[in-house]
Amino acid sequence: MSIIEVINLKKTFTSLEVLKGISFSLNEGEVLSIIGPSGSGKSTLLRCITNLERVESGTIIIGGDTLVETSREGKVLYADKETTSRIGQRLGLVFQNFNLFPHFSVLRNITEAPRHLFKYSKEEATELALSLLEKMGLADKAGAYPYQLSGGQQQRVSIARALALHPQVLCFDEPTSALDPELTGEILAVIKELANEQMTMVVVTHEMAFARDISNRVIFMDEGLIVEEGEGDALFVNPKNERTKRFLSRF
Amino acid sequence: MGKLLLLMLEGTFTSLKIFFLTLLFSLPLGLIVAKGRMSKFRVVSSIVNGYIMIMRGTPLILQLIFVYFAPYYIFGASTDRFTAVIIAFVINYAAYFAEIYRGGIQSIPQGQIEASKVLGLSKFHTFTHIVMPQVVKTILPSMGNEVITLVKDTALAQTIGVAELFRVAQNAAARQFSTTPIFIAGLFYFIMNGVVSKSFDLIEKRLDYYK
Ligand SMILES: Nc1ncnc2c1ncn2[C@@H]1O[C@H](COP(=O)(O)OP(=O)(O)O)[C@@H](O)[C@H]1O
Ligand SMILES: [Mg+2]
Repeated sequence: MSIIEVINLKKTFTSLEVLKGISFSLNEGEVLSIIGPSGSGKSTLLRCITNLERVESGTIIIGGDTLVETSREGKVLYADKETTSRIGQRLGLVFQNFNLFPHFSVLRNITEAPRHLFKYSKEEATELALSLLEKMGLADKAGAYPYQLSGGQQQRVSIARALALHPQVLCFDEPTSALDPELTGEILAVIKELANEQMTMVVVTHEMAFARDISNRVIFMDEGLIVEEGEGDALFVNPKNERTKRFLSRF
Repeated sequence: MGKLLLLMLEGTFTSLKIFFLTLLFSLPLGLIVAKGRMSKFRVVSSIVNGYIMIMRGTPLILQLIFVYFAPYYIFGASTDRFTAVIIAFVINYAAYFAEIYRGGIQSIPQGQIEASKVLGLSKFHTFTHIVMPQVVKTILPSMGNEVITLVKDTALAQTIGVAELFRVAQNAAARQFSTTPIFIAGLFYFIMNGVVSKSFDLIEKRLDYYK
């Protein structure tokens, strides 16, 4: 069963058409990588799915609930507030630059949302956060503040923060692009471990070897369109489209 | 001398009343004004902007006189002097505070607000728990300056006949043909602002636990 269904998604910023009709679906337990040159609309796509951007037209269905659909006359219809927040709970998003809350301790960064959304007690939320930190190899950092951590550690906290809400799908927008090269490995290892646990994920990345390694499916985007899509490592082994070939030859 | 000090303490009490009442009302009002200034509705933001420009572009002393005398010309009845002082100070300081709040709110990275939204935190929760605590820290120095100015501005209340500290000192000076009371008043203001500075330093230290 597909957990994300995107049909003919279009998005325009003022006069710039950034997504020109994107369709894809994601099945439970799958890891989908999205690659493509910068400016091709990868982030915008993730932001539309996570409802940070409003679409111009198209349909997005998540876990069977329709976030947005477009009528035949072209009228865009978004779900009501309740449905939208129910859908939102199914999705986690990890940002390129972490976006941790600097005035909260590592622990509070993770507990804030579960406490507010699930009405967890302080003890329940703390227990959950500590187990996630343990898993991220940061058990000793619960009391630290984000500025005291390396970029890689901050990103691992932000992954723990997203996991604390038990999302059905975790989306990553270039999770290693803001990191020093020697720190990317620790993040990729965490994502790989999540993949091994059958976590459903959408990963936008420039790490080609990594995408090839973890993906069940790879999408290559260019200029707001899906140029090519491949199962497993097919897109890397045997790219069909000229633009895909040219892009991959750079790595 | 003892009688003079007693009089001056009474004047100081009036000054402090103006000071605290102004803060009590203008600090929250300033936040509402800032919100209005940032409204996506053009009509709202333009009107609020006009109000801010008038408050910051004209002397407080003029606003005091206006607030006190305008009701008299319009309704034929005047407000109580002290109330007029509080109203004038509150609407004036709210405008200044609003601009400080606005700068602080806009300095919070958009990414944090998006992270909060994706985590499902409500807009209200995001504002009260993510945005405002950080705003307080960033605006503290400018707020400190403004509050110190407020201590000194309370002396303007005498313009419409409220016997605050400076007015009392001037009267005493005139009676005694001596400038001593004026200097004592100066010392009082100096001490009050010492307390204000110290308090802001303390708050700043308490918020020093993160960068
Ligand atoms: N908020 C925005 N306003 C205007 N243009 C934007 C905005 N966000 C992205 N864009 C433009 O949309 C295009 C796609 O951006 P993006 O989705 O970030 O690409 P990618 O993530 O693939 O690098 C770029 O040309 C970018 O400049
Ligand atoms: Mg991007």
